[in-house]
Amino acid sequence: MLNVSGLHLWRGDRHVLRGVSFAATAGQCVLLTGKNGAGKTTLLRAIAGLLEPEEGEVSWRGTPARKSRDEFHADMAYLGHEPPLKGDLSGRENLRFSTGIRRPVTAAEIDAALARTGASAFADRSVRMLSAGQKRRVALAGVLLSGAVLWLLDEPTTNLDADGQQLVARLIEEQLGRAGIVVAAVHHSMNLAAGEVVPLELAA
Amino acid sequence: MKTGSLDVARLVIARDLRLAFRKPSQLLQPLMFFMIVATLFPLTLTPEMSRLRDAAPGVLWVGALLSSLLALEFLFREDAQDGTLEQFALSGQSLTWMLFAKTCVHWLLTGLPLALSAPVAAVGLGVPAEAMWSVVASVALGGFALSLIGAISAGLTLGARRGGVLLSLLTLPLAVPILVFGADATHRAITGGDIGPPMQLLGAIAVLGVTLAPLAASAAVRIGLE
Repeated sequence: MLNVSGLHLWRGDRHVLRGVSFAATAGQCVLLTGKNGAGKTTLLRAIAGLLEPEEGEVSWRGTPARKSRDEFHADMAYLGHEPPLKGDLSGRENLRFSTGIRRPVTAAEIDAALARTGASAFADRSVRMLSAGQKRRVALAGVLLSGAVLWLLDEPTTNLDADGQQLVARLIEEQLGRAGIVVAAVHHSMNLAAGEVVPLELAA
Repeated sequence: MKTGSLDVARLVIARDLRLAFRKPSQLLQPLMFFMIVATLFPLTLTPEMSRLRDAAPGVLWVGALLSSLLALEFLFREDAQDGTLEQFALSGQSLTWMLFAKTCVHWLLTGLPLALSAPVAAVGLGVPAEAMWSVVASVALGGFALSLIGAISAGLTLGARRGGVLLSLLTLPLAVPILVFGADATHRAITGGDIGPPMQLLGAIAVLGVTLAPLAASAAVRIGLE
C-alpha cells in the first residue's frame, strides 16, 4: 500500500537520501535504523509530505501521495521528535483538538486512549507542567486516536521508561494486527511478537 | 468519517481563543503600545487642538498599523515552534481554510480591540465625538484587511530565525493602500465628509484579501515547515 521509490533529497549541499526505496503492505512494520544523521527523520518527513524530495515518489494505495495529499494525510499519523502539543492546554484539550480536526471524537474515546497509554492521571494538567515522557504518552494517545492506517513514528520510545518502551511495542503490534502499517525510526531493534518486521538500514 | 469544514473552523477558533485568554498579557501589549503612541503625539507635537486634529488620521493609522505588526509575529510562530502547525498541515483538512480561521481569530483579538480603543486615542487628538463611529468602523475594516495581508508575511517569515523585522519589511509596503484609504476615511469623518468611497475601497481590499491571502499563506506555511 505504501510504496517509496528512488527518493533523493538534498539538505543544502548535503545529499541525505540517496535513492531510498521500500514498500510496505498491511500488517508490516518498517524499522528504520542508521547512525545519527543517516537521514531517518528526513525520510519520515519526506514520506509525510513535509519535505519535497528532489527525485523519487511516495505513493499510497497506488496513487502518488503528492497528487491526493488530503486523502493520504487522512490515512496517516505522524509523530516527530517533539510531541506536537500546546503547552498552555491540558493533554485532554490537546487531543480533543488534534483528533477533532481529523474526525468527530467522543470524550469516552479520548479517555480510553489516554488510559491505554497510561496518561489518564495527568491528562488534565497543563502540558507545560508535564515531563518529556508524560508528553510523549499524551502524544501517543493522539496517534492511537487518529484512527490512521499508516503510522510514521520518529524515535517513538524517546524519554519513555522501560514500561513505556514496552507500551510502544504493544501499540505497534496492535496497529499491525488491525492491518495497519508502521514506519518507525529506532535506535535499538524492537521486539515485536506479532506482525512482520521489514528492517531498513540507512547508510550515512 | 472526516470532520466537516465548519466544525474544523469552529475547533480552530475555539482553540485559539482559549489559548489567547490563558495569556492575556500578549493580548494587551499591542493595545497598550497603540495607546502610548497616540498619547505621545499630543505631548510632542502641539497643544493646539486644530493642528492635532489635522494630524489625527495619520497618528491613528500609523499607530494602529505598527501595533498590529507587533501582534502579527505571533500569528503562526508559536504553533510552528511547538509542532502544532505541522499537525494542521498533516490533518488531511484544507490548510487554507484553517489558516483563514486562525487569521479571523487574530483580527478578533487584535484588530477589533484596536478599533474599539481608537476613540480613546482619538479624543486626545481632538477628534469630534460625532466622528467616532466612523473612526471605529474604518479602523476595524482596515485592520481586517491588514490581518489577511499580514498572514502571508507571517507565513513567509516562519523559516527566518528572527523574522520580526523581516515581517515588518514585507508587510508595510503591502499595507500602503490600506493606510491611504483608511487615513482618508478617518480624515473625512473628522471634517464631516462622506466616508463612503474610501470605505468601499477598504472593503474591496478586504474582499481581495479574503479570496487570495489564505491561499498564499498556506503555500507560504508549507514552505516554512520544511
